[in-house]
Amino acid sequence: MTEAVFYVFAACTVVTASMCILSRSAMSAVLWLTATMLSLAAIYVLLGAEFVAAIQVLVYAGAVMVLFLFVVMLLNLGHATSDMRGPAAVATTIVIAGLLAIQLFALWRYSPDRLAAEVAQAPQLSDPATLFAAGQIAREEAVARGVVGAVAAPLFQVYLVPFEITSILLLAAIVGAVVLAKRRI
Amino acid sequence: MTGGMAPLLGPALGLSAILFSLGVAGVLLRRNAIVLFVCIELMLNAVNLTFVALAQLHGASGQVMVFFVMTVAAAEAAVGLAIILAIFRHKQSVDLQNINLLRG
Repeated sequence: MTEAVFYVFAACTVVTASMCILSRSAMSAVLWLTATMLSLAAIYVLLGAEFVAAIQVLVYAGAVMVLFLFVVMLLNLGHATSDMRGPAAVATTIVIAGLLAIQLFALWRYSPDRLAAEVAQAPQLSDPATLFAAGQIAREEAVARGVVGAVAAPLFQVYLVPFEITSILLLAAIVGAVVLAKRRI
Repeated sequence: MTGGMAPLLGPALGLSAILFSLGVAGVLLRRNAIVLFVCIELMLNAVNLTFVALAQLHGASGQVMVFFVMTVAAAEAAVGLAIILAIFRHKQSVDLQNINLLRG
């Protein structure tokens, strides 16, 4: 059942992403990307990351996409003509993206068993539960502390310094955006 | 599937591969600077999906990484769109064919 739902949302994601890169106007590209992000949020729920799914909807499909839409509307590009590159570029794209897809698509074959066997470098070992105990512990933690608490604990303990550095990054981004976009400071 | 703990690992990694390749194709195919940024967001989302899929095995650290990626993506979008605004004010176009000052 879960797998069927996963494949439905995966098909949604791929179709909307394809429409996003093929749609003629920037406006519809942004709106298709929003649809992609919403389908991805559903997939995150299926993968057991409920809090990430909520943040995906709030921050990505909400805030970041609104920023994109604001800029698209602000620029007032008019009725878009096609901005696809020429046939040579299309051929290059198909070769490069196709090669990349084939290489990355080999990951499709990974199951927890196979990953465990490769990490332990012993083909007969096939009990991922012993090797990847962290996943099981995290799952129990999510039951005990709630999905938010299970993510918050490592964020504010192990990753506290990177988390604080993030604030400096955001401050730099705010200052940079204002400086760049303002006509006269 | 014998792996009872993360049955969707392989399909999720495959989906993220497709999404990343679509993002790369968009970057190579389109000339509109805004659509280029949209495709970059698509690639970042594909990476996020990989993190979430592997977080099933490796614990919540993967999900924490997703927050950092989202922060960087938000900062990148804000600064990038500000640059596009500045370029549009200067050139009246966001077509990358008209923005080739650094090509010499």
